[in-house]
Amino acid sequence: MTQPARHAAMLSISNGGPNAVAVDKQQSQHIHTQSQSSQGLRVPSNRKTIYDRHLNRSRSAELSRASFAFLFAEMVTYAQRRVTGIQDLERRLNEQGYPLGLRLLDLLYYRTMASSTSSSLSSSSTSAAPPNRPLRILPLLHLIHGPLWRLLFNRPADALEHSVSPETPNEYMITDNDPLVNTYISVPKEMSMLNCAAFVAGIIEGVCDGCGFEAKVTAHNQPTEMWPGRTIFLLRFGESVMEREKVLERAGVK
Amino acid sequence: MSSATKASRIGEELWKTRVDKVNAELVTLTYGTIVAQLCQDYDGNYQEVNKQLEKMGYNIGMRLIEDFLAKSNVGRCANFRETADMISKVGFRIFLNIAPTVTNWTSDNNQFSLIFDENPLADFVELPDDGRAQDELWFSNILCGVLRGALEMVQMQIEAHFVSDVLRGDDTTEMRVSLVRYIEDEMPPDEE
Repeated sequence: MTQPARHAAMLSISNGGPNAVAVDKQQSQHIHTQSQSSQGLRVPSNRKTIYDRHLNRSRSAELSRASFAFLFAEMVTYAQRRVTGIQDLERRLNEQGYPLGLRLLDLLYYRTMASSTSSSLSSSSTSAAPPNRPLRILPLLHLIHGPLWRLLFNRPADALEHSVSPETPNEYMITDNDPLVNTYISVPKEMSMLNCAAFVAGIIEGVCDGCGFEAKVTAHNQPTEMWPGRTIFLLRFGESVMEREKVLERAGVK
Repeated sequence: MSSATKASRIGEELWKTRVDKVNAELVTLTYGTIVAQLCQDYDGNYQEVNKQLEKMGYNIGMRLIEDFLAKSNVGRCANFRETADMISKVGFRIFLNIAPTVTNWTSDNNQFSLIFDENPLADFVELPDDGRAQDELWFSNILCGVLRGALEMVQMQIEAHFVSDVLRGDDTTEMRVSLVRYIEDEMPPDEE
């Protein structure tokens, strides 16, 4: 429902994997017809382009956590100048994460496929990473809880739960006891509802939408004594997803 | 031992022992989304995007220098050449795990270039093919601001700008850094 609109508003800087290139191509064609002036992108003669780099090149690369903290803090500060309230701020952070999710999804497929073919040769793999696109909600959630979290934060998320209320069977929760993105964010008292992990919620939403599971994802503070920064990501799947889920269940698709 | 090799060793050592790490792709993607957001907010006015990125960098630089000094524990540089080595071999090493080449000094030793063989901020990036971005946008412009902010806090007023970028189709990515002046210590007026 909201998906086409968000795709259309997608950012024109490609950042994050092969899908990005395709998107830019579409967009640039669009611009082409408007301006007719562009001759296409110039590339360095030594071929230092994204097409010449292996996609796994930065897979295990590391950068300073401080750099991330500085950038993220600047991103939040910038967003804060242009919003009307906490909800608006969280919405904006969510929107900034969303395109990353769409693109990370492709990167995840690419990498889990590569690793699962090699491991299936050696033994019966018990890896949580599904080799193919998830069709049902549970494999999708495992993809987020495991591979996505490991890609971003080098560890899986801490918990995955299904709503116990019979009224909200479409709600699932992913818990992070100590979200990396919030490590260096101190929230003023009057904004205690704010959770800047809304950015991560946006990433999750992008992954879900990219997979064809329309969802709304929000981040909520749920501190415990041991984990003061504990955050719950609440995933609410759309009705169409729940209907399809029932059909697939009857058809025996896993 | 030259100041460059010394700085190199300090940088390597700090990177190995004192720097908390995160996945590089998280940083790269976060930066990408910042630039993309600016391009959207400023409606493709890339000059304004460059300016905003520089400003963000300046804010970061002013705070980053403290982290730099706390981690590196290095003293005051004797001259601007030593400063250049510190920036490249220690600063860039501990924050981005790269060490851009310092070169193209002017004869008065007040201007140099940093050549970036690697630029983690620009991994996975292709500029929009709109016939303008490659001429107008400096994707990594935040770095200019970081240098300006950081050095200002240690009494150096500098000016930094990119002169080429592989994302624009150039063969190298080069930043030009010029020392404007050393800022004199000024006593607050109400203190003796």
